[in-house]
Amino acid sequence: MFYRRAGIRHTRYQDERQLFPLRFDRGLILVVLALLLAAPFLFDRLYVSGYLLPWLIWTSAALGLNLLMGWAGQIHLGYGAVMGIGAYGSVHLVRFGVPLEIAMIVGGLLSAGIGTVFGAAALRMKGIYLAMATLAMQYVVDFVISHSSAISGGTLATLQVPPVRFLGIPLAGEVPTYYLALAVCFVVTLFMLNVRRTSFGRALAALREKDYAAQILGISTFRYKLLAFWVSSFIGGAVGAVLAVTYLRAISPDQFHIELSIQILAMIIVGGLGSVLGPFFGTALILFAPILLNNLLGFGANAFGVEMPIDLRAHLPLVAYGALVIGFLLYEPLGLAKIYANFRNYLLVWPFRHAQR
Amino acid sequence: MDWILLAELSANGVFVGLMYALVSLGIVLIYKTSGIANLAQGAVAMTGGYVAWALGARAGLPIWLAVPAALAGMFVFGLLMERLALRRMIGQPIIMTIMLTLGVEIMLRGLLPGIFGASVKRLDIGIPQDPLFLGDLLINRATLIGGSISLALIVLSLLFFNSRFGVVMRAVADDQTASWSVGIRVERAVGVAWGLSAVAATAAGVLWGSNQGVDWSLSLLLIKALAIAILGGLDSIPGVLVAGVIVGVAESLATGVLDPLVGGGSRDVVAAVIILVTLLLKPHGLFGRHHIERV
Repeated sequence: MFYRRAGIRHTRYQDERQLFPLRFDRGLILVVLALLLAAPFLFDRLYVSGYLLPWLIWTSAALGLNLLMGWAGQIHLGYGAVMGIGAYGSVHLVRFGVPLEIAMIVGGLLSAGIGTVFGAAALRMKGIYLAMATLAMQYVVDFVISHSSAISGGTLATLQVPPVRFLGIPLAGEVPTYYLALAVCFVVTLFMLNVRRTSFGRALAALREKDYAAQILGISTFRYKLLAFWVSSFIGGAVGAVLAVTYLRAISPDQFHIELSIQILAMIIVGGLGSVLGPFFGTALILFAPILLNNLLGFGANAFGVEMPIDLRAHLPLVAYGALVIGFLLYEPLGLAKIYANFRNYLLVWPFRHAQR
Repeated sequence: MDWILLAELSANGVFVGLMYALVSLGIVLIYKTSGIANLAQGAVAMTGGYVAWALGARAGLPIWLAVPAALAGMFVFGLLMERLALRRMIGQPIIMTIMLTLGVEIMLRGLLPGIFGASVKRLDIGIPQDPLFLGDLLINRATLIGGSISLALIVLSLLFFNSRFGVVMRAVADDQTASWSVGIRVERAVGVAWGLSAVAATAAGVLWGSNQGVDWSLSLLLIKALAIAILGGLDSIPGVLVAGVIVGVAESLATGVLDPLVGGGSRDVVAAVIILVTLLLKPHGLFGRHHIERV
């Protein structure tokens, strides 16, 4: 219906290889992009800095993890630690007076380096052993950060982010920070969209499906797994820096604990492993479902006099995460992205359902 | 260095390690029979502690009745977890099963404190808390008794593997298809393994709960249990005993020796370091079979 394929005939190879062959998709993306660009002027600033900003940052992080888990098929339970390394590295550099642009990249490189060192040990194993090794990495990094006061920043264990400029624009107030997060999210998304079409992305997909077969095809599994770890950790570190500078403003070790890793894992499971669109949906659901639920309960308590015990309300976000992860794994393992794809496929051929491929 | 202190730390570490080993017994049971690493084991232990507390304090059962009732209830819980969730994941990539157990972990960690309240619950199963003096050594009586009970339960599970049903479980662990072809009901064996692992976790949850109170932090036993399971080789029950003692002693020594140097908290990182070192040097653990695929 909306997604019309009629009249689209490719006469050149470039046309067929383009990211969005359907005109409607292109239009939709432009509309969404325009909305996001105009958001600071359209919506209340509370919504922009409280909802849209974290959504963009967490989505970028989830995209980075999705490269490793969805594309390369390697499990990583310590992504929060990776982000923490990037955040601490770059904030320290910024405090030393290094420009933010460079600090972000160095933070990313630091994460990539440390993440790959831990990964290299685990890369010789797979499956549950990799899961254990990355879980152990999370705990070790947490310990090192919180126990060396040189890193975590003295007795209070919080590190203030000084006022910074990005490309000459001071990052103060919610509008510039929002645009920085949007730009980073845009770059990461563009990278993820295009990585599928490169030899690197195809090698990762081959690796995910069967690593012996990939090896027989001449793909060095060790090299590509290491590369996947490297790239994903780099994105994680850079996004961690953005998170620290734009959203947290003052970082402390407990912000990068295992809870963050689990949150991002839940986002890509709910959104859809191996999809670019998925993390956008998954992040929205995981970030906003608890808030929505809480508001709903508050409303219920007001309207119907149904009072929830305070402990239950406090633990509801965890229950909601867990239930969402379990539910999606059991009923729609490919996540919200698959639900959207089903809907789109239905509309593509509507009303000729039998033509569905 | 004070030798008495070291001996005391080691002696207490042995019993603490045995109590950790009880949690990881469940991980090993499940890994042996179905090849799944159950990351929900810590949360199941916590659930067991909460159920025992609820049966005792809320339902008013005497403690000698509440604990067996909790064990029985959690056996059913383990069966249901396998039947309703994990069995549907057969044939899915390993990421999916790991994530599913992690999802169960998260949900239980939110659900039980949510229902019963987040404050620490006191679970008294009649273990005296006063310390015991052996010569110059001060031994924590609660961990001594807890560790002994764990040891007894682990040895019991070793003996169980010599019974008829234990032989069936060993066959399933060895080769699922082959045991299927000789008429063993593989699903039932796997289900019972999940049930038994929930029972082991509950026992651990009750013992730890009586020691430090029941709250969500019982689910932190997971990382220690994983360290023990990995060090012991993931599919060996004697390995759990030995690795449990090693992890317990290492942790206890780290608390006593390293903590003054780094300013506390080294207890939590010992398990993670043990996992990393084991995976680097000897990935199949001390007693595991050499079947890890290396890439």
